Amino acid sequence: MTKKIGDQAGKMFEYFGSFLRKCIFSVLSVGPVPDHIAFIMDGNRRYAKKRNLLDGAGHRSGYLALMNMLKYCYELGVKYATIYAFSIDNFRRRPEEVQSTMQLILEKIEDLIKEESMVNQYGVRIYFLGSLKLLSKPVRLAAERAMVATSGNSKSVLSICLAYTSSDEILHAVQECCGEKWDEGSALESKGAGNGLVFLKGNENGKIKPSIVVKDLEKHMYAAVAPDPDIIIRTSGETRLSNFLLWQSANCLLYAPPILWPEIGLWHLIWAVLDFQRNFSYLKEKTKLS
Amino acid sequence: MVIDSEEAQELSKVLELLQWVADIGVKSVCLYDPEGVLKNNKEPIMQRFSSANLSEEAAVNGRLVTRRNLTLEFVSFEDGKEAVAKAANYLFVKHYANGTKEKSDFTEPQMAEALGAIGSGGAEPDLLLIYGPTRCHLGFPAWRLRYTEIVHMGPLKSMSYGSLVKAIFKYTMVHQNYETTDALVAVPSCGQKFEISFHSGISYQIKLQVCIGSFRV
Repeated sequence: MTKKIGDQAGKMFEYFGSFLRKCIFSVLSVGPVPDHIAFIMDGNRRYAKKRNLLDGAGHRSGYLALMNMLKYCYELGVKYATIYAFSIDNFRRRPEEVQSTMQLILEKIEDLIKEESMVNQYGVRIYFLGSLKLLSKPVRLAAERAMVATSGNSKSVLSICLAYTSSDEILHAVQECCGEKWDEGSALESKGAGNGLVFLKGNENGKIKPSIVVKDLEKHMYAAVAPDPDIIIRTSGETRLSNFLLWQSANCLLYAPPILWPEIGLWHLIWAVLDFQRNFSYLKEKTKLS
Repeated sequence: MVIDSEEAQELSKVLELLQWVADIGVKSVCLYDPEGVLKNNKEPIMQRFSSANLSEEAAVNGRLVTRRNLTLEFVSFEDGKEAVAKAANYLFVKHYANGTKEKSDFTEPQMAEALGAIGSGGAEPDLLLIYGPTRCHLGFPAWRLRYTEIVHMGPLKSMSYGSLVKAIFKYTMVHQNYETTDALVAVPSCGQKFEISFHSGISYQIKLQVCIGSFRV
């Protein structure tokens, strides 16, 4: 009986919270709403230490915080969200920590693609960005399954950066562009067009006309599935981007609240959006110029 | 340091800031301006720091100038994405032009070498100070921003020596937490080691490269 009353009270509290959020988001929506917010979820391990929790518990608390933040973003009308789940640099951590983090990631990917998950509730399409070949087979296959399972969703997008760094992303784009140009040149050559030979081996001056341009590179970036972010939020007060979305963040507001990731809440998101709105015309001008 | 467009036209403010940075003991300053305004105005800047000598690298594209104690580097938006595109073409010519497609993927050192060859190399700053209305790096070359501490200093017109020293001091605390002296020695940087002392009597040896940026609306 007591449990039933408790459940009902919990539900009422949830409805009230949801109603309050709707009111706040309605007011926020009078101004420009960011299209894309990216998160560097820093501070899970420090949170666990601070609360004397077991190893891995910080990441689990971080996951709950993430689900809340994504829910708030999609409710506000932010269409794209990107998260920095695991950097290539993180592979250098202790093997047992990498193993337990990968296990948690696998578990949470499976949770995401369940029917009743937040992902389906908000029509979220999931992409995994990064050098996925560096992941273990079970995690890689789970990621591929999640991308397929959500391919029919079209309301919002969640990009999960896994085995990702910007430098690896840029290298990958350069590699793809070179491969593409090679294939184009080879095709021309096989058709008997002289251009192909000239393109590949140089003209009379020994110089080859450069043909890879910025647009070609941007087409091959992992993060090409979404527009450039409007805000990057990094928690724990750290001011580095740590090799995250460096190419895409030229005209992006960088926000670094001094709280640990599991402590992030609605008010931090509201503050970031207000800051974005305050600087909107300035940032838009910068984007036009570049 | 990213400087607001109108304020960037105030070269006197930029020069004052550079003087503070030099007085603190910083050896290397990277001046970033998306449209190359500071690059185009490097003569008056160099006249101010009058014992400037062109270093060997400057001969590549006129970017680097070394004074007795201060190396100035002038960087603009074209040294970012455009430079990576040029480096991609350089790599294509180098690795594909013999008529065979190389099987191995490009590496970060190869990319760094390519960027250097096209004149857009340069070390990664340890600290990026943004002077402008908002905390935004305005397209500073992505390849050189990987682990750089980014600090927003506010508008140039309200710059102060105290906040500059405070930002550098805070940066040294970050390094104290996560790196040993040996690691500092091992980190490649175009800045040289210098020592700064504060009123507390504690002195720190750090490598610092400060980037200044400005833009025009």
